[in-house]
Amino acid sequence: MLRPKSENPLLDKNGYGNIAKCSGGSFPALRRLEYYKRLRRREKMTKKQKNLVKASIAFSLIFAVVPAANAMHIMEGYLSIQFCIAWGVVSLPFLVAGIFSIQKRVKENRKSLTLLAMAGAFIFVISSLKIPSVTGSCSHMTGTGLGAILFGPAAVSVLGIIVLLFQAILLAHGGLTSLGANTFSMAIAGPLLSYAIFKLCQKIKVDRKISVFLAAALGDIFTYCVTSIQLGLAYPAESGGALASTAKFLGVFAPTQLPLAILEGIVTVLIVMALESYAKPELKSVGYLKGVN
Amino acid sequence: MSKKNTVITLLIIALLIIVVPLVLARGAEFGGSDDAGSVMVEELHEGYEPWFTPILETALGGELPGELESLLFCVQTGIGVGIIAFCMGRFVERKKHTKSEEEQYAGN
Repeated sequence: MLRPKSENPLLDKNGYGNIAKCSGGSFPALRRLEYYKRLRRREKMTKKQKNLVKASIAFSLIFAVVPAANAMHIMEGYLSIQFCIAWGVVSLPFLVAGIFSIQKRVKENRKSLTLLAMAGAFIFVISSLKIPSVTGSCSHMTGTGLGAILFGPAAVSVLGIIVLLFQAILLAHGGLTSLGANTFSMAIAGPLLSYAIFKLCQKIKVDRKISVFLAAALGDIFTYCVTSIQLGLAYPAESGGALASTAKFLGVFAPTQLPLAILEGIVTVLIVMALESYAKPELKSVGYLKGVN
Repeated sequence: MSKKNTVITLLIIALLIIVVPLVLARGAEFGGSDDAGSVMVEELHEGYEPWFTPILETALGGELPGELESLLFCVQTGIGVGIIAFCMGRFVERKKHTKSEEEQYAGN
């Protein structure tokens, strides 16, 4: 969850250019003062936040939920109560970290609030569209890739749980008892992979559009892989155990999801292109555009 | 490839991904893959009864009528599209304004 040193927000100077614009841009000393003030504020906040994140991680460990493997919609009442609680507990630290990460972003720069709202709205739209697939059944995309690319996986976990709650309560889609498990697969594991892939592609200098596509598409597929694992663990087959049943569930979800993952990649690229041409200042302030004019 | 062409190509591919299955898998039911999941569970665990029913179903004493379900799905889409369109609209207008201002200053 915590960023590696090389991406330390203290070291990169995003936002610096933005303050310049806000304060009229002609008082370098004033600008610098404001910048240092901001740095100090950040340091104070993170210490407290780190402790809370640590505390919630510790809480998870106390429950001794070990599934080392990371973990879309599992139907209401289809997971036994131990699994419901376990997945909920696993998701908790991510949500806590997510709330702090959002708080920090907004404090740094209120402009990012607009993008955050858009990333959330994107998940709302995308996950409400049921799309037919080659296998003859319908499924829907997750839409979490955009948020993960812009804000990192922690913040998306909060956005994702809002959508999952809406669907669980009003649509009987997913469920309250399986909320933890669904949060883990759709709002944590998928975005985590999207984020990792996007960062990796940036590092090896893959074209930005292609990296966005890969991140969103693979994150979508991964969400369903994790769901299969979750169901596999809950319903081990009589012969072959959890592994065999995971493979069976994967067989149901994967072929349906594959074209949809490609679609999700395309849609995410489109919205990112739109943002790139109209919302440059915001993209810079969240650190998505670095050194690009 | 210019930006415009890229966008158009991507939109066409997206449309094809949605339409092609309809033509290929003619006559298929297009049920939800979540339901396919519950069928799978029943296969693995014969006679499995979900131990919890969605609260809305409990409150209504039955399943949500299909039309209402699609209404709620539309509400969800609507909320999302509304927010995105509002923000995007602001961004587009802002860019227009800053551009015309720059031109003004350049002119002076």
